This record gives sequence, structure tokens and C-alpha cells, in this order.
Amino acid sequence: MAYVVERKPLTLAERLYLPQIFAGLRITLKHLFAPNVTLQYPEERPAIPPGYRGVPTLVRDPHGREKCVSCQLCEFVCPPKAIRITPGAVPADQPDRLHIEKAPQAFDIDMLRCIYCGLCQEVCPEEAIFLQNQYSLSGYTRAELVNDKARLYELGGTLPDQHYKWDKKKGAAEHGNTH
Amino acid sequence: MSALLHYWVSLPLVLQLVIKGLAVIGFMFPFGGACSLIERKISAWMQGRHGPNRAIPFWIAWVPIIGPLLQRLGVFHLMADGGKMFFKEDAIPGHVNKFYFILAPIVAMIPALTTVSVVPFGAYVDTAGQLVPLVLADVDVGLLAVFAVSSLGVYALILAGWASNSKYPFLGGVRASAQLISYELSMTLSILPVFLWVNAPGGSGTLSLFAVVQAQSGPWHSWSGLWFIFTMPVAALIFLVSLFAETNRLPFDMAEGEADLVGGFHTEYGSLKWGLFFVAEYSHMLIGSGVFVLLFLGGWNPLPWLPLATLAGWLGLAGHPLVVGILSVVIFLTKVMFFIFLFMWVRWTVPRFRYDQVMKLGWQKLLPLAIGNLIVYALAIAWVQVKN
Repeated sequence: MAYVVERKPLTLAERLYLPQIFAGLRITLKHLFAPNVTLQYPEERPAIPPGYRGVPTLVRDPHGREKCVSCQLCEFVCPPKAIRITPGAVPADQPDRLHIEKAPQAFDIDMLRCIYCGLCQEVCPEEAIFLQNQYSLSGYTRAELVNDKARLYELGGTLPDQHYKWDKKKGAAEHGNTH
Repeated sequence: MSALLHYWVSLPLVLQLVIKGLAVIGFMFPFGGACSLIERKISAWMQGRHGPNRAIPFWIAWVPIIGPLLQRLGVFHLMADGGKMFFKEDAIPGHVNKFYFILAPIVAMIPALTTVSVVPFGAYVDTAGQLVPLVLADVDVGLLAVFAVSSLGVYALILAGWASNSKYPFLGGVRASAQLISYELSMTLSILPVFLWVNAPGGSGTLSLFAVVQAQSGPWHSWSGLWFIFTMPVAALIFLVSLFAETNRLPFDMAEGEADLVGGFHTEYGSLKWGLFFVAEYSHMLIGSGVFVLLFLGGWNPLPWLPLATLAGWLGLAGHPLVVGILSVVIFLTKVMFFIFLFMWVRWTVPRFRYDQVMKLGWQKLLPLAIGNLIVYALAIAWVQVKN
């Protein structure tokens, strides 16, 4: 509904305009001495809130073991098809993981395609891929911006593990899968 | 020292004046650049930012404390900007009138650097105990010369707007001319009471700015010890507002109008020619602030009722004209710098006027106010002087 805004007649002080200017000058002067709010970016970095979706990375469990089992769910779910996985066998030099069927031979994430949607993290049954804190990414060539497996582990590091899923499975198998 | 002074006096008068003039220009020109840096820093601080604080030559970065401090203050951005301005390509658009296009920034610089010659910027006490102004030319027409020459500055803007041969500069130039003509009137009328007071009947009339300062350097509790801003606050206010309009500073930046006219009269300009317009603008600010300080704020007198000569006597500097001269220049420049700061302070406080508001303020508010002020003060001064 249309309505009319009542305009009150201005008082003399308001019409003089000067008291308002002085009030404004006081405010700007206060800001002149107030601490600056700008972040000096490359030296100072913003605090990253929990749940931030940065660059997707692969993580190891606290024993330093590779978590990814190369199920390729992330590859399938990835909307821009940024992930490429070449499945392979678990390396023979890791005896405590030999009961796991597969491990990625190669794992590439093309950061020129990645849209940081986090679906790979959401879909991963092994909690092996996480979008972590890194947000600043640059390179001189396109090839540089394809993160390979080594780089992904380097970025990801180690995250705490609540389950040790495969250790439990191994234990269960050793006890004859009674449950 | 005295040998140097003797040598200086033995120089031909013309050479002395040329050297003095060059020295003043040598101060004004870098000052324009420094002002642009100060402006950037102050605007940044007022907006909660740091402002320019990156540029630093590597050999100064080695100096432990001073280097980083200068870097944080952005001092080297001044050189970076200046260097850029000098060396970048000076493109002249194809559609402009080349001759006038190049002439305009030169025309802008001439009045900006000329007006300084009649503005005293300090004083010293000579051996006879007389106060002598530090000024390039202490002429009797003083202020009239300042107004006459500084109002020529608008021709540069009009010329730039016209020669650019495109619509935004043209609009900027037209606006600048209308605005400057409007505010010139109230500006001139507002200072008439000051000169009515200075030129008491019986004495020889003068428009010299030195005489105005002399009229404000009276002893304790005398009328003449009060600065004119206290006795004529309305006149000071009108003069200050007109000064903002005359120097095209916000909130009166109609001629540039980044918001609606791209860049106004300097839209088509780049590199050093653009820089010259800005040096001219800052010089106008400097001269304008200087004239305000001389007219209303007691010039080089440190405090009301405390003239420079008295202070010099207290400090025991009576026999040292050079020291007194430097002291007076420092006092004067401090006041002027406060006004330069005020210009920037107001810029980030008051939103800019619409063009019709500028015209309305000039013609319907300030001009009647200035005339009324003149009449009231003329009567009051007549009454006071008849009574005495």
C-alpha cells in the first residue's frame, strides 16, 4: 500500500548544517586514531574457521599409513571430473596393510577443474580425502596445478582417526569373523 | 655565516629575487606531490586501512628502525608515484585540440606558482626592532593580487575541458567556471570587514597581508591582540567554505566529480600533465590555507595576544633575525598544515553536494550572508572607531 512519509520540518540547527558537520568530523577523527582493520595479507593470514573447504588433500592415519583404498567413489562423484585415480595393489613393503585390496597407484586432482564442492570428502568411505585450510593456489603452468599423489599427501598431512576401520577388520578376520 | 650573508646582499637584486622565487617553487612543487601522499595516508587511516606502505628501496631496507618506519609511512610511494608520473607514456587522444590540450596544464601551474609571491610566510625582527615580513614581494595590493591571479586558475580547467573535446571534460569545465564565479563573490565580500578594520581612517590604506597580520599582533587584552577568527567568526566561516569551493575540494568537487563525470576536466589527461593539474590543485590549497591563516589566524603569531616579537623577546632571540625568521616560518607552516589536514578531514566527512545545491548554497546562502556580515561589521567598526 502506498503511504506518505511525513517529513518533519528541519530545526534551525539542522538547517545550519554545521552541527552535523562537526559531529561528522568528530566521528572521522575518531576513526583516524582507531586501529586499522586491514589484514596485511601475505604476512598476516586470516584465521580459517573450522569446516572451511580449501584445497582437497589426501590424509594419512596417525600411524602414517595411507587411508585411500582406491575405491574411486570420489572420482565418480566429482562434478567437474577433476579427480583421476589409477588403482593398484598395496605395496608389498607395508605388511600391516596387505589385507586391504587396493591402493591408488596414481591420484591426480586437477585444481584447474576443482570447484571445491567437497563432495569427494563427503562420499569417501575411508575418510581419506579432506578439503583443508589451504586457499591460495598459484602456478606458472597448467601442469603445475595438477596435484599428484605425493603433493596431495604433502598438503594433507596426518589427521586423527576415530575408527581404525581396517585394523578392526583385520582383528575380526583373525578371530574368525564371529560377529 | 656573515660572509655568506654579505655575499647574498652583494648579489644583484634581480638574481636575489630569482633565487628566492626558485626556492619557493622548489618547495611548492614537491609539496604538491607530498600532499597527494598525505591525502592517501589520511584517507586510509580514516577508513581503517593502512594506506600505501609497501615501496622501499633495498638499501634503505637495511637501515634498522628508520627504514621500516619510513616504509610504513609510505614515504617511498611518493617517489614511486612521481617517477611513474614522469616516465610513463604521455598519450594525447586523437580527438583533442592539441595546442590547447597541452597548454591547459601549463596555464594551471602559472597562477598556482605565481600567487605565492605576494603571500608572506614568516617575519623576523631586524636590528632596528622592526618586524620585517619574509615575502617575495610585499606589495600594497597583496590580497587583491592573490585573488586576481588565483582566479585565473579556473581558465586552466575550462581550457582543459574545452580542448579535450569530449563530453565529461566539457561538463567538468563548465561546472568549474560556474562554481568558481559563484564563490568568488562571497569570498571577496567575506574578507572586506577584515580590511575595514585594518584600514582605519586617517592611515594610509593597504591590502597587504603583512598589515593584516600586524593588526592581529597586539599585546595582552587589547582588541588588536585577538585574531580575526574570534572577532569575525562568520566572515571566517564564509571564507573557509568559499575556499573549499574555490580549490575544487570535496564536498565541492563539481569540476572533477569522479562519481558522475569520470574525472571531469582531467578525464582525457594522463601522466605528467595530469600530475601538473594535481600539483596546481594542492598549491591552491596551500596558498588558500596560507591566506586564511594570515587573515584570520594571526599568521606567524604563536597564540592570540602573544605576538611573535614578544615570544622572541622571551626566548632571548632578539639579536638573531635568522632564528626568529625560522621560528615564524615554522609557526606559520604548522597552521597551514593544520588547514591542509582540515581539507582532507572534511573530504572524508562531508558527502559531496549535488550541483544545484552547490549553486544554491553559493548564491542564496553564502552571498546574502556575506553581504549582511559586511553591513553589520561596517556599522560596528564605524561605531567603535567613532567612539575611540
